[in-house]
Amino acid sequence: MGLNIPFKSWLALRISALLMAGSLVAACAAPTGPDGIDDPFEPANRSVHAFNKGVDRALVRPASKGVGIVPEPVRRGIDNVADTLSLPGDIANNLLQLRLVDAGQNTLRLGVNLTFGLAGLLDVSSELGLQGAPTDFGETLHVWGVGEGPYLELPLSGPSTARDAVGLIVDTALDPVGRVLPVREANAARAIRLFSRLGDRNRFADTVDSLLYDSADSYAQARLLYLQNRRFQLGQTTGADAASNDGFIDPYEDPYAQ
Amino acid sequence: MPSDVSRDLTLSRRSFALALLSAAGLAALPRPALALTADAAKALVDKTVADINGIINSGKSEGAMLKDFERLFTRYADVPTIARSVLGTAARSASNGQLSAYSKAFQGYISRKYGRRFREFQGGRIDVAEARAVKSYFEVISTARLPGDAPFEVRWHVSDKSGKSLFFNIIIEGVNMLASERTEMGALLDQRGGDLDRLIADLKSL
Repeated sequence: MGLNIPFKSWLALRISALLMAGSLVAACAAPTGPDGIDDPFEPANRSVHAFNKGVDRALVRPASKGVGIVPEPVRRGIDNVADTLSLPGDIANNLLQLRLVDAGQNTLRLGVNLTFGLAGLLDVSSELGLQGAPTDFGETLHVWGVGEGPYLELPLSGPSTARDAVGLIVDTALDPVGRVLPVREANAARAIRLFSRLGDRNRFADTVDSLLYDSADSYAQARLLYLQNRRFQLGQTTGADAASNDGFIDPYEDPYAQ
Repeated sequence: MPSDVSRDLTLSRRSFALALLSAAGLAALPRPALALTADAAKALVDKTVADINGIINSGKSEGAMLKDFERLFTRYADVPTIARSVLGTAARSASNGQLSAYSKAFQGYISRKYGRRFREFQGGRIDVAEARAVKSYFEVISTARLPGDAPFEVRWHVSDKSGKSLFFNIIIEGVNMLASERTEMGALLDQRGGDLDRLIADLKSL
C-alpha cells in the first residue's frame, strides 16, 4: 500500500510528461497550410511587420545608405572582423550539432584569419578556399529534431519561427564574444556587427526595397521568402527526396491548382 | 562507310518525317514523340544563361535590357503556363479573352521584375552544373557567382509538356518564383476586389 501511491503518482507524472512531449511534437509537426506555412499569430505578426517597416524606413535604410558611402576596402575589413567574431559561436553550435567537419573548418578559419589576417581584418581563409560554415542555435535545435513551430516576425530582428527565436535568444545569451571580451571590446564587437549588418542591408538594397516597398503584401512575401530560404539552408529541401518537400509546383498537372 | 551512309539516310529520313509532321502542325501536339532528356534540359538552361550573361554585360540602357529580357523569357520560359499557374483559382472563372490579355500583361510584368533582379548579376557569372530527372520534369542546378559574395544556388525546372522544352520555375537558394508570384498575384487581385480586368490593366504599369 505504502508503495502503491508513490508508484501511481510516478506513473501519472510519466504519462503527463509523455503527453506533454507528445503535444509539443504535435505543435512542431504543425497544422501547416497548403503552402507549408503555419502562422497562427498572423494578426500580431502583421503589426510587428508594420513596426519593422517603419523602423526600416526611418532608421535602418537611411543608416545603411550611410554605410554605403564608406570605402569598400574598409567595409570589407569590418565585414571580415564581424565574420571572425561570429566564428566562436558557430564552432560551439557545430560541436553541439556533432558536425565535426564544420567545427574543424570554422576553427581553422578562426586560426588562419587571426594569425595571418591581421586579427581578422583580412579573410585569408576564403582566399585559400576555406569557406565558412555559418550556423546558429536554431539550426542546432533543428539537428536535435525540434520542428520549426509557428512563424513569428520579431521586432527589429524580422522574420523567424518559434524555434529560431529560441535559437536567437540562446545565441545572444551564450555568445562567447560577449562573455569573454572586456566591456569596451565587447561593445566594439557589437558596433562592428551592427555596421556589418547595415552593410548587408545596403548591398542587397534593391532586393530588400522591392520586397518591402514594392510588394502587394510585403508581410506575406517576407514570410514566404524566410521560410523557403531557411528550410533550404537547413537542408530540408535538398537531397534525394527534395522534390517531395521543396515546394515543387507542377503547373501542368492541374493548371488551376491552388 | 556503308553504315555511315545508311545512318545518314535514316537521319535524313527522320528529319524529313519530322518536317512533314511539323508542316502538318502535328508537332504542336501537347505531348511530342521526342521526350525531353536531361541533356536537352541542361542545353536549354545553358542557352538561357548565356543569353542572360550577354544581356547584363551588353552595356545597353535599362529599358533596352528589359526588352531583351522579355524576349528571352518568351523564348525560353513557358510564360502562358506560368501566368495561369500564378493566377491560381481565379484562372478558373476567367474567360479565354481575359486569360490571354492577362498572360500578355504578365509577360511584361515578370520580365521587368526579374530583369531588374538579373541586372544585379552584372560582373558575375552563372555556371550550369548538372541536370536530373525529377518526377515529371527536369531540374537543372546552377551556381551564381557574384563578385564579393559567397556563391549561391539557382535551380531551373524544365518541362516539355507545352510541346517545347521550356523552363517553368526558378528556385534561388530555396526561394521559389512560382510560389512567390502566386502570393504576389493573389494579394494584387485582393487589393482590386478580385477584379481581373483591373489587375490586367494595372499589371502593365507594375
